[in-house]
Amino acid sequence: MTYLAKPKLHHPALPANKLGFTRRDYEGAISTLCAGCGHDSISAAIIQACYQLDLPPHRIAKLSGIGCSSKTPTYFLGASHGFNSVHGRMPAVLTGANLANRELVYLGVSGDGDSASIGLGQFAHCIRRGVNMVYMVENNGVYGLTKGQFSATSDRGSKSKRGVVNTDQAIDLVSLALQLGATFVARSFSGDKAQLVPLIEAAILHQGAAFIDCISPCVAFNNHEGSTKSFDFVREHNEAVNRLDVITPRDEITVDYAPGTVEEVAQHDGTMLRLRKLAGDYDLHDRAAAIRYLLDRQSQGEIVTGLIYVDPEPEDLHAHLGTAAKPLQAFGEAELCPGPAALEKINAGLR
Amino acid sequence: MPQPLDRVNDFVVKIANVNGSGSASANQLFAKSIIRMGVPATPRNIFPSNIQGLPTWYEVRVSEAGYLGARGGVDLMVQMNPQTWDQDIAAIEPGGYLFYDSSKPLPKSRFRDDVTAIGMPLTELCNQRYADPRQRQLFKNIMYVGALAALLEIELPVLEALIAEQFKGKDKLIPPNVAALHAGADYARAHLPCPIGLRVRRADAVGDRITVDGNSAAALGCVYGGATVCAWYPITPSSSLAEAFARWCQRFRTDRDSGEKRYAILQAEDELASIGMVIGASWNGARAFTTTSGPGISLMQEFLGLAYFAEIPAVVFDVQRGGPSTGMPTRTQQSDLLSCAYASHGDTKHVLLIPEDPHECFELAAAAFDLAERLQTPVFVLLDLDLGMNQRLSAPFGWDEGRRYDRGKVMGFEALEAGTPFGRYLDVDGDGIPYRTLPGTHPSRGAFFTRGSSKDRQARYSESGADYRDNMERLLRKLDTAKEVVPRPVRRDAAEPARDGVIYYGSTSPAMAEALDILEGQGIHLDTLRVRAFPFHDDVAAFVAAHDRVFVVEQNRDAQLRMMLVNECGIDPAVLVPVLHYDGTPITARFITREIAARVPARLKEAV
Repeated sequence: MTYLAKPKLHHPALPANKLGFTRRDYEGAISTLCAGCGHDSISAAIIQACYQLDLPPHRIAKLSGIGCSSKTPTYFLGASHGFNSVHGRMPAVLTGANLANRELVYLGVSGDGDSASIGLGQFAHCIRRGVNMVYMVENNGVYGLTKGQFSATSDRGSKSKRGVVNTDQAIDLVSLALQLGATFVARSFSGDKAQLVPLIEAAILHQGAAFIDCISPCVAFNNHEGSTKSFDFVREHNEAVNRLDVITPRDEITVDYAPGTVEEVAQHDGTMLRLRKLAGDYDLHDRAAAIRYLLDRQSQGEIVTGLIYVDPEPEDLHAHLGTAAKPLQAFGEAELCPGPAALEKINAGLR
Repeated sequence: MPQPLDRVNDFVVKIANVNGSGSASANQLFAKSIIRMGVPATPRNIFPSNIQGLPTWYEVRVSEAGYLGARGGVDLMVQMNPQTWDQDIAAIEPGGYLFYDSSKPLPKSRFRDDVTAIGMPLTELCNQRYADPRQRQLFKNIMYVGALAALLEIELPVLEALIAEQFKGKDKLIPPNVAALHAGADYARAHLPCPIGLRVRRADAVGDRITVDGNSAAALGCVYGGATVCAWYPITPSSSLAEAFARWCQRFRTDRDSGEKRYAILQAEDELASIGMVIGASWNGARAFTTTSGPGISLMQEFLGLAYFAEIPAVVFDVQRGGPSTGMPTRTQQSDLLSCAYASHGDTKHVLLIPEDPHECFELAAAAFDLAERLQTPVFVLLDLDLGMNQRLSAPFGWDEGRRYDRGKVMGFEALEAGTPFGRYLDVDGDGIPYRTLPGTHPSRGAFFTRGSSKDRQARYSESGADYRDNMERLLRKLDTAKEVVPRPVRRDAAEPARDGVIYYGSTSPAMAEALDILEGQGIHLDTLRVRAFPFHDDVAAFVAAHDRVFVVEQNRDAQLRMMLVNECGIDPAVLVPVLHYDGTPITARFITREIAARVPARLKEAV
């Protein structure tokens, strides 16, 4: 019940992470989304991931566009600065923010309307630039906040709540991201936190553009028979290629696996991605093969989930631009202003 | 039959070329040499929306008296493009001169009786000297500069020095260029009537002024003003501002040892992304700007409304060109005032800064960042093509030692830690400007949500009418504060008390200065006010109230500034007389003089 303010007190035995924060410290306001909305599960997964990674909440910036999914940053990380911008334009705002201060963690939350229609261009360009961010699309195949129109990720042949059939081809943001050179591409499902939380952790740690397409059923407008993004449909057609555990240098290694079933990917920053392979010889390092695999499985009506592609040594936009290690917003007159003497020289050169 | 014109240091040369032929650099050499001789010269490039093969003109006004505006009319036409022969001949003043390539003979009917024709077989000469076609083209340009030097008595050593400076570092190119220069001058002295009636004589009228284009000056102002993020999209005539910023940054913001850059320049995918990046960067505490022209301003409207309502600093350079729509991409105009001042749907009003020359481009560019952060709002710096893309004599740049940036009201760690109450949209002192905090500042205090929707003083989402009105009214209080901190208008009164006044702005100023002198000579006295910013300082309304009639001189069709004066200051429109020039060429003193004089009844003109 959203009219209840969230109590500030919590159970004294609530576990704290290495910074002394409990999970509550990563929460935001109570959600005003519909009861059962997939997006709330994703918010919970984000909270879980940030808590488990021992991130200082105020060193995270959360940005979004417009839509139900874009409302969610209010519901997590209350101690972080947030920016609910304009429809389809979160990537530009986030890119600018990132340029100004490369040291924060950037979470960009968007929806399928926001990123696959009006925002398709900005999605494409921020991925191809390699902006260091988590790009989370909360994908429900519908325009929820404006009450039920098809989105560009609605599958051809799927039915709206009112029985209208979609005749346009769906846009698959995962395939697009692969095409555009994304160095971390994943798909998940709001109903599978065990899969989603580690993917979010890995995405946060990834030093490049990390894209997650998370199917997140809309209980109000797209959870019916005929929808290909309903809880039922996704559960029946979910083909996970792997299961991920994220092991940071500080974690202990606990479990043994049967040989040949686990792949370990060492990331540039020292974290280890341990992948339990579920789909035989699926190779998450082969971009072209991944695109082919997705097309094949899509033609069979299957939804491929998991960590679909990763480049363990990504380069981000700052690396490409050669910007200073110190955040640009931290520089002052002494480092930015050439001063009067230099100006006199310039004047002399213009006479 | 008029006498051939006989003038020293007071004439207009227009050079007609084919674009993409390398003439720009030779023409610049020509203009610069006159300035180096101590005589003010103002070059203007008239170029097509094209890369290669279409007509382009380079007009140089030489004026020892120091008039830097376009005059109108041509005294010496240097005709290097057969495509535009007829219109170029027609543009010459009676008694003027025509210098042309006589390699191909032309019938007498193509010439005028009242114009002295001076033919030089340039193509033929070049073909004899050079075998390579590219060399033929490039050196032809230098050769005609040499010929012009002889005809106009421009000192060859001055040109040689300029050539040496131009090719410093590529010294092998100096001798062939100097040789071509001399070849042209030698031929002219041997075969042409040197000098003609138009001559350059060494003077001391330049002083310590510099020659620079407005875009480069503005870009330098961005460097000095502490901008670290530039997101832009190429569009004529603003691209050279971003490119100049990149060059200045390479020189001044790059760490000598590590090569690390204290700046980020991003060519975005479009203007929407550009302004979005500027807003994101500013939100996160960096000084950021974009540069564009009219069509880009149209695209940016939504984000500008967000920056206004959420109160985020942003600096936008609009180098105006002919509108509307694609308009005239390579022509000048001042027609974006309304779309900038009232950008975005809903009730918005934005700060405008309007520089008159490169010196002010530098000053106001740097000031724009202080103002944007102090006022927490978008600030537009309005240039135009004439000012942005042409080299102009102006006062040298200056910067006070130890000058600090005004970062505005930012609550930092110490204040938050000390428990200072913080509300993002709280007006703590009545000036309408709240405190903001930057992301990442304090572990548990100061975080808030930025959004374009209505909110309360604590930045919480609110649909309450009272909260909304409170917010909108505070934004008006902020605008009142802005009135006092933006650049004041510049008033200059006539020597004699005047009943009429003139208001003008931006690149109109050199033509205005000249027009005033001419009108004085006709016995018409006018007080003037040059508007430099919006919102309008009270001085503007006071100026209008102190005169019977005020001419408002603008380079747009709909008298946009006049509209704003009527609306914002409640001025009776009958008092404001529009004087409008908007065909894409720079306004001239002749035009202003004619328009104003025509509206002054004969009886009111002082007997001269």
